[in-house]
Amino acid sequence: MRTTFINSLVEIAEKNDKIVLVVGDLGFNVVEPFQKKFPKRFFNAGVAEQNMASFSAGLASQGFKVFVYSIANFPTFRCAEQLRNDIDYHKLDVTIVTVGAGYAYGNLGYSHHAVQDYGLIRLFPNFNIFVPGDILEVEASLNYISKNNGPNYLRLNKNNDPKIFKNKLKFSKGRFNYFRKIKKSKKLILTTGSALISAVKFSEKKNYSNFSIASCPLWSPNYRKNISKQLSNFNEILVMEDHYLDGGFYSYILETIAKYKIKNLNTSNFSLSSKYNYFSASQKKLNLKNGLI
Amino acid sequence: MNLKISNKKLAKLARLEVLNMIFESKSAHIGSCFSCIDIIAVIYNKVINLKKIKYNRKDRDIFILSKGHACASLYAVLALKKFFNKKNLRTFGKDFSPLMSHVSHKVPGVEFSTGSLGHGLPFAVGCALARKISGIKSKIIVLLSDGELNEGSNWEAMMFASHHALTNLTLIIDKNNLQSLTTTNKTINMLSLEKKFNAFGLNCKKIDGHNYEQIQNAFKKKSNSKKPTVILANTIKGKGVKEMHNKVLWHYKPPSKEEYIKFKKEILL
Repeated sequence: MRTTFINSLVEIAEKNDKIVLVVGDLGFNVVEPFQKKFPKRFFNAGVAEQNMASFSAGLASQGFKVFVYSIANFPTFRCAEQLRNDIDYHKLDVTIVTVGAGYAYGNLGYSHHAVQDYGLIRLFPNFNIFVPGDILEVEASLNYISKNNGPNYLRLNKNNDPKIFKNKLKFSKGRFNYFRKIKKSKKLILTTGSALISAVKFSEKKNYSNFSIASCPLWSPNYRKNISKQLSNFNEILVMEDHYLDGGFYSYILETIAKYKIKNLNTSNFSLSSKYNYFSASQKKLNLKNGLI
Repeated sequence: MNLKISNKKLAKLARLEVLNMIFESKSAHIGSCFSCIDIIAVIYNKVINLKKIKYNRKDRDIFILSKGHACASLYAVLALKKFFNKKNLRTFGKDFSPLMSHVSHKVPGVEFSTGSLGHGLPFAVGCALARKISGIKSKIIVLLSDGELNEGSNWEAMMFASHHALTNLTLIIDKNNLQSLTTTNKTINMLSLEKKFNAFGLNCKKIDGHNYEQIQNAFKKKSNSKKPTVILANTIKGKGVKEMHNKVLWHYKPPSKEEYIKFKKEILL
């Protein structure tokens, strides 16, 4: 996903000379293509996320389209108030890009686990939340961002992610992208982010062959209506995500169901349990241990 | 917009407006407003180009009030400089007024909302960087309080501004030596601010923050400097009303009716 992101960014930056990339002293072996091609539009903020978030807001206020790249909790929790006051409140065109979604950096420990990130971001009314499930959704996200102003949050897994979708995607606010659509089925597995991979595997193993599978890569507090319309086509829905239940995508879906009074819809979920893991483990093992299959 | 008025007169009129606003809305922070009002008046009277700000030009000068709680001073100066009708000042801090008690970018002439300390300078650094990479000449000025310098984000921003040689950036510190509960020295002793600024790669000038000529001259740049500038302005909290001078109480208290009448007379003298 990281490589796809940087290649897509280079592509859109060729057409838009207002695009700037800011990194939080991270991105070795990832960001170089952009840095080499556009050295004057590349800034390393150093290890100083508060300043990074605020000066990015300043750049955006003067007409730049700013991408801020860092790992997991650093450009989010470390500078949460800068996102809240400077970027979101002023509605500036800044895209916060994080790499290492969920337990992608499993072995690196809790500091590097992004399991509460979009729970934070979805408290900010202007942020669009992009949680692509595969590299085609990453490309589609960048394409969408290139045409629409932020603030945006783009949550990436790591590299070597499989390509799950086969064709170019239509992309709009809250739209479900179907990996598998079962005709006349009223059952759906809905995912956001790389839980899509888990969902595809899960549906093969268990008795879920009559479930459609869809990814929702772009959602925000403002897109509930569109999401509710799609939800009302189903009577059973299983939500999967690599994020804590609290403040996560499943809770967002439940809130949407409640707000729009959607009836006769059974829901269940696989989310990560809200607890600490005081051991080293891979993403796969940590997901299993914490409730995501 | 091009009203000819002396710095002294503008600051005096602004002080009166602020006194009215704080009295009528029973707001806090009058001491903070008065310690930096001379600085704000001079900046808007003599330092920055108001026409370009009014027309939202891409090469406009930018002033950011990082100590957002002193916004009554900024609103008053903006109104006196005809950014909006002076009558609107009466709504300050009242229900549904855009003139909230921490500076708001929804008020004409205001570039950036603040209120939480340590945000204005890093944001200003972004503006200065934007202008530098666009090759646009303009002034980026940010006003901070001395207590605010406790916030680490400011020092992150100074390192970055120095590294990128943002010569278009000027910080001005309203050094009134008081913060929320007591003096700055008793809270967190910052030792020598001048030494700190120099060590962080900024050019530091010290002035009397109530001397109009010194304030105005401080913004004149040395053309060969490759460093951002910081003006350390020594000020008095509550300046203009003797009873308020150097008292933490006036960080909170609005004047009573009797005090209001008395203070108004003193300012008019």
